[in-house]
Amino acid sequence: MRVLMFGWEFPPHISGGLGTACYGLVKGMVHHNQDVIFVVPKLWGDEEPLADFVNASDVHIDYREKKFKSIWKNLTYLEVSSFLVPYLGPEEYQKFTDYAIHDRADVDESIFTTKYQFSGKYGKNLMEEVSRYALTAAQIARDRNDFEIIHAHDWLSFPAGIAAKEISGKPLVAHVHATEYDRSGESVNPPVFEIEKAGMEAADHVVAVSQLTKNTIVRRYGIPEEKVSVLHNAVLDASIIKSKYEKKVPEKIVTFLGRITFQKGPEYFVEAAKKVLDRDENVRFVMAGSGDLLNRMIDRVAELRMGNKFHFTGFLKGDDVDHMYAISDVYVMPSVSEPFGIAPLEAVRHNTPTIISKQSGVAEVLQNAIKIDFWDVDAMADAIFALLHYQGISKMFKELGSEELKNLKWEHVAAKLVKIYEKTLAQQP
Amino acid sequence: MRTICFYFQVHQPYRLKPYRFFDIGDDHYYWDDFLNRNVMRRVAQKCYLPMNALLLELIEKHKGAFKVTFSFSGTFMDQMEAYAPDVLESFQRLVATGQVEILSETYGHSLASLKSQEEFKRMVDQHKDKIQQLFHGYTPKIFRNTELIYSDKIGEMVYDMGYSGILTEGAKHVLGWKSPNFVYQNSIKPELKVLLKNFLLSDDIAFRFSNKTWSDYPLTVDKFINWINAIPKSEPVLNLFMDYETFGEHQWKETGIFEFMRALPEAVLSKTDFGFSTPSEVLSQVEAVSPIHVPIPISWADEERDLTAWLGNDLQDEAFDRLYELEKTIRTLDDPDLIRDWNYLQTSDHFYYMCTKFFSDGDIHSYFSPYDTPYDAFINYMNVLSDFVLRIKEKKKEVESVE
Repeated sequence: MRVLMFGWEFPPHISGGLGTACYGLVKGMVHHNQDVIFVVPKLWGDEEPLADFVNASDVHIDYREKKFKSIWKNLTYLEVSSFLVPYLGPEEYQKFTDYAIHDRADVDESIFTTKYQFSGKYGKNLMEEVSRYALTAAQIARDRNDFEIIHAHDWLSFPAGIAAKEISGKPLVAHVHATEYDRSGESVNPPVFEIEKAGMEAADHVVAVSQLTKNTIVRRYGIPEEKVSVLHNAVLDASIIKSKYEKKVPEKIVTFLGRITFQKGPEYFVEAAKKVLDRDENVRFVMAGSGDLLNRMIDRVAELRMGNKFHFTGFLKGDDVDHMYAISDVYVMPSVSEPFGIAPLEAVRHNTPTIISKQSGVAEVLQNAIKIDFWDVDAMADAIFALLHYQGISKMFKELGSEELKNLKWEHVAAKLVKIYEKTLAQQP
Repeated sequence: MRTICFYFQVHQPYRLKPYRFFDIGDDHYYWDDFLNRNVMRRVAQKCYLPMNALLLELIEKHKGAFKVTFSFSGTFMDQMEAYAPDVLESFQRLVATGQVEILSETYGHSLASLKSQEEFKRMVDQHKDKIQQLFHGYTPKIFRNTELIYSDKIGEMVYDMGYSGILTEGAKHVLGWKSPNFVYQNSIKPELKVLLKNFLLSDDIAFRFSNKTWSDYPLTVDKFINWINAIPKSEPVLNLFMDYETFGEHQWKETGIFEFMRALPEAVLSKTDFGFSTPSEVLSQVEAVSPIHVPIPISWADEERDLTAWLGNDLQDEAFDRLYELEKTIRTLDDPDLIRDWNYLQTSDHFYYMCTKFFSDGDIHSYFSPYDTPYDAFINYMNVLSDFVLRIKEKKKEVESVE
């Protein structure tokens, strides 16, 4: 089968989980000998040649095509003013915004030139790029006839998917990796919500990364249940990582690793830490990452008088992330709302027992982990204490968790996706 | 004759290097040698060396009529020995003139007086030894506490250590209608005399000298002499207390601060009925007028003249309490390496960096801090402290296994 896929980023140039998931999926498709035409706003040239890549920045648009005008009419031009960035914390957002401003100030291209240089980032011109990406998608769909189905990843490429469907008449699969409700809680950004909703409504079928996400799609976006399939993410490499990095403190280490934002539930980790430290002194808690709640967490730790046992590392990158997993005795992901959440699987790869919130998609696939409600700090403290002290459970988790990981392959995901494609095509009139 | 008492505080902290969580248990060296050396050399060039030369010139010129007083923190003296022997030499030359008094303080420029009498005394003794070692057996007789922190209780402790006088801030809320230009007594031990900083005239030099928005800018010697002459005849002492780094570092040489100081002594001696004395001389010449009641500690910092620059928010209190938990164990272990770091970790500056009073005095705080935010300061300090605790535990085990 030939698929025309629209993404927003692709490794190695990624800033979040979306690019990694797309990479895994394409790799799985290739395993099953499926042909993928993968479109991204900007190609850097060092992507692994897994698919037939199309660089949207290279596509000329021919305005003689009348249909383009109607597409453009439907794409209201939206100013990006606030919290739009899907996978970045505020600090990174600031960085990217700065980048976008500096990078793009000298490019005075109007939206109606025939070629458009995408930044492919999550910057100030995000909405403009999203709209323009849709036009480009229409052009690609008109030029190429070598595909049977269209697949768009997340809201950034939904307008592109819709446009391609309109031009080609081929069915559209909308893939939801995260919704605006996960990113912003109840204070959703209306334009983003609208695009998400329009994409899912226009799609012939919707794919959600977890049952949790499917529930959100059905309840919040009013999409009929039978139109939504659950397709869990997988891991690229399920092998166990044997790190040579050694812990230098005698105490056991309990780790939170992620953005320190509302979505990730850092405050519950802090409260649970206090409860554990009251019972057991020989533990250190580490909060690795940065985000808009960092200072508030530091204040709380000081207020609870556990500054000597609760540490902050700031944003970790590269080897430090591996080191952190390697020296952790327990990994906790207390997310308030996590469509999937790949990090606990990384922890399992490092043989680190994990505690995950029931409000995460990964809880649906990972059996050998302790699952708690994010708000239940007593349960979280109990679980941490148990994993630190009762070797039986953590030993079992280590053995079975790595076995479990081996079943979470992108090949399996891709196989299921092909079935979804086939079903969708069969339903076409 | 009435008298002016010039006292200059000379202090540099040992700043911590960026110390990460991954370093805990592995890296036992905490100090940012590069930064500390750089600061020391910069301030030496801009302030210590030129100002010492100027003071020496003034002392020689006025032949006993001009005197000054210094207090050196232990952390300053250690860094001076390591990075600026030229500065040490020039201070030794000044002290050798006999017109310079040196005060006693805590070795680590610490807040120990607020926490533990025992540790306070240990630090004061260690400081005394260091002064004797560097200045040919000189023994200080008058005390000044870190940041001029003072209360009735602290005064009592200082008296019990054998000092006859102490310097502190002439805080408005303590003085009320009273003038700082008298000698006062400690309210528990009247034998201990208290000298109060005249913060108006001191801060005119230390803080406002180059402030162009100040209505009295520019500050000229004539103007200052007029203000001195305006002091009522019944008030015998004018205490001008300030950081020594005022000269050339806080007030750059371009502001004319050195010229001001060069001309001031002669003008004072010829145009006013004031002379210059050191604190010991003041105490022997001037009678105390009354006790001063300071039940709650005061300091010379910020508008509030209280302790909130160093203690009070959760970050500061947590760090402070965790640090002083270690006191007893440190004392029993008596390990020179541990004591060295113990001294340096107590320096008040570390707690000052964690201050969150952004809106009133935040500006001056951020000027002195090597950290971007108080939170960064807290994280770094706590990481270091965590390693320090591990070392203490190790050492304790070692000692116990020998026994």
